[in-house]
Amino acid sequence: MRFIWLIPLLPAAGALVNGLFGIRWFSRTVSGLLACATMAGALGLSLWAFSELLGLPADARVHDVVLGHWIPPMALQTAHDIGMFQVPWQFRLDPLSGVMILVVTGVGFLIHVYSTAYMKDEAPGGYARFFSYLNLFCFFMLVLVLGANFLVMFVGWEGVGLCSYLLIGFWYEKKSASDAGKKAFITNRIGDWGFILGMFLVFFTFGTLDFRAVADAAGAMPIESAGFGVLSIICLTLFIGATGKSAQIPLHVWLPDAMEGPTPVSALIHAATMVTAGVYMVARNAVLFQHAPHVMQIVAIVGALTALMAATIGLVQNDIKRVLAYSTVSQLGYMFLATGVGAFAAGIFHLMTHAFFKALLFLGSGSVIHAMAGEQDMQKMGGLRKYMPVTFVTMMIGTLAIAGIPPLAGFFSKDEILYQSFLNNRFLWLIGAVTALLTAFYMFRLILLTFYGTYRGAPWARVAAPAAAMEAAAHGVRHPLDGQAQKDDHEVSHGAADVRAAGHAHAWHGPHESPRAMTVPLMALAVGAIVAGFLGIPQALKGANTIEHFLAPSFESHTAAAREAGAGAAAGAEHGPGAAAAEEGAHHLSTAGELGLMVLSVLIAVAGVLAARRFYFTHPELPDRLAARWRGAHALLFNKYYVDELYDATAIKGTVAGGRGLWTFDRVVIDGAVDGSGWLTRVSAWGSHMFDKHVVDGLVNLVGWIAEEGSFFVRRLQTGLVQNYALLMVVGVFAFLTLYLVAR
Amino acid sequence: MTPITPYHYLVLSAALFMLGVIGVMTRRNIIIIFMSIELMLNAVNINLAAFSQQLHNAVGQVFAIFVVAVAAAEAAIGLGIILAFYRNKETLNIDEMNILRW
Repeated sequence: MRFIWLIPLLPAAGALVNGLFGIRWFSRTVSGLLACATMAGALGLSLWAFSELLGLPADARVHDVVLGHWIPPMALQTAHDIGMFQVPWQFRLDPLSGVMILVVTGVGFLIHVYSTAYMKDEAPGGYARFFSYLNLFCFFMLVLVLGANFLVMFVGWEGVGLCSYLLIGFWYEKKSASDAGKKAFITNRIGDWGFILGMFLVFFTFGTLDFRAVADAAGAMPIESAGFGVLSIICLTLFIGATGKSAQIPLHVWLPDAMEGPTPVSALIHAATMVTAGVYMVARNAVLFQHAPHVMQIVAIVGALTALMAATIGLVQNDIKRVLAYSTVSQLGYMFLATGVGAFAAGIFHLMTHAFFKALLFLGSGSVIHAMAGEQDMQKMGGLRKYMPVTFVTMMIGTLAIAGIPPLAGFFSKDEILYQSFLNNRFLWLIGAVTALLTAFYMFRLILLTFYGTYRGAPWARVAAPAAAMEAAAHGVRHPLDGQAQKDDHEVSHGAADVRAAGHAHAWHGPHESPRAMTVPLMALAVGAIVAGFLGIPQALKGANTIEHFLAPSFESHTAAAREAGAGAAAGAEHGPGAAAAEEGAHHLSTAGELGLMVLSVLIAVAGVLAARRFYFTHPELPDRLAARWRGAHALLFNKYYVDELYDATAIKGTVAGGRGLWTFDRVVIDGAVDGSGWLTRVSAWGSHMFDKHVVDGLVNLVGWIAEEGSFFVRRLQTGLVQNYALLMVVGVFAFLTLYLVAR
Repeated sequence: MTPITPYHYLVLSAALFMLGVIGVMTRRNIIIIFMSIELMLNAVNINLAAFSQQLHNAVGQVFAIFVVAVAAAEAAIGLGIILAFYRNKETLNIDEMNILRW
């Protein structure tokens, strides 16, 4: 555990080496191996640290490592007195961050391995750049989860945002990709603004930024059940940060567009890790949120609405990655629903299982896209089951897991969330249950459209035959006849990078199973998607709910006094072993009731699956009929509730109009003032010039003129002839002599 | 035979001086003018020498020697100026020498 600081630094070293040297000099093999090796090292260290953590008694599972001082102590005014503001580079391993580093390094490692094959059409420079970014992302993500105070976490928080931007816009020659990167970054900045405000307020209120110290101090404060106190405002601003990072309403718009990035990026950043940072941050500040029940309600409602909205959009999308993107938004909504109803452990549990099955699904979709040479439209797939059995089986496992079919991972985590929300608020439970139905439906729609039925894509015999088509295929264009969906394809190979790599590209010979480097991570994740749920088997099924008990210490304050105050005051909102005894009676259903809910949710999932089967397998004409009948609703969903258009019309148009207004102000008023002063200067200069020219110069010229004209007669004397002068001299001498003689 | 009195010297000197003055006034050739100036100087010298003898004072003769020396120096510089002038204008006519005019 002493070496936990190495866990983030290994990928950082990999990113540095690949970024500084790899882009220029490394071959694909070297940079790929380097990136995978650093992640493997980080994974090994994480496992080691985690096993050591497990070896400690439950209430001592905290280990801090201070790497050095970042901001030296300085006195700052806080709410109560002068506080010493100081920030150390401090990493903390506790159950929560332990689970997170395992998820990040484990899934991260598998995705690195997968990427070595997926990105092989990239030129060596781009390949090294990709792995450099990917490693850098892992570094920042690990800093985020290991950071022991708000500011270190914020470093990781901003860093992952940066890497997300870099990786979404990885194919920056493509306008849509660079636009999506900007959209993600700017939307995230809005959330970051909330995070920063929350951070200021945390320091102002508590005089420290350390998570434990803040939790202890907040634990001793009364619960703000009556109104909005300072804790509620802190939680609200922090939650704004979380909505940005985790793509919740109203900042969810960036995540679907982020699918412009390479598929492994979508799997790692936009499914398994970065987007869960918001959930992690809320869970990390569980004590704060428990003391702000109104904000908890807001979190739960936002989560539930996001889950429902994203799921409904996912019903009608045709791009395989967009369906998964909306599914991710929806599942993140579930996680916020869980944290909002106080079930932080359930939220983190779902985060973990979701990391496995959603990464699996994304990588599987990447495998499909790879097999289809860049095609992402599910309407052009179908029947792929027999071409790529491994991808099919693993994706099926992931789909069953997300749909909540027991005994796969998603069942346990989702059921725990539904159960907890049922206890808290029946209406939220209803939304969650409907979302579960929709989830099962759209995921099986994806599977049925992709793997079942008949093949509907481009015929490949014709692709390989003519020389022109070969050329087109080598340059990454799927098929010359297939003019549609040009915007969304080019997944495997792209533009300028591809012309360089054209020698490596091959003509498309039809859908095929992906290479081992891609299928092995799929299998590993599939195993995770099957077994991860067993960590949280609820008591009702004679399980131990291991993960909840393991995580519990991270969600409560630590001083005994604070814990007592919390337990005493937390009549309703708090959930966890500390308050378990108090709430046992009032807030637990009977085992039978819990089992009943479980059966119900399984039935809901099965109903979703059967509906999907009816719509897209046995009666494939049904969806079109329904879409025609409910045209308005279909258009609403297909266009994602017009949220993008709304933002475009309000925020973006408003910003542009504001910019134009400012520009006009600049042009008319500021430039006018500048021009006016310039004009004034010119006019006064002209006046001064005229005065100079006519008055001053006139005087000088007058003097000259007088001298010139006055000298007219005198200068006649100056003949220049020496003898004239001599004559005058002689005459003068005689004159004076004569005068002298006469006057005497 | 009447003895030679200072008057004779003064008359001779005045005549010589007037010759020099008229030469300077009327001639156009610089060399001639130059020579006329020498005449005037020597007229002065005669005066100096005459009064020196009359008054039995050697200072006048010494002064005359000085004048001769200065005249020699003046001749050297004057001839140099004339040469330079000739090289510029290719003439010795004093009427051409009017570039100091207004």
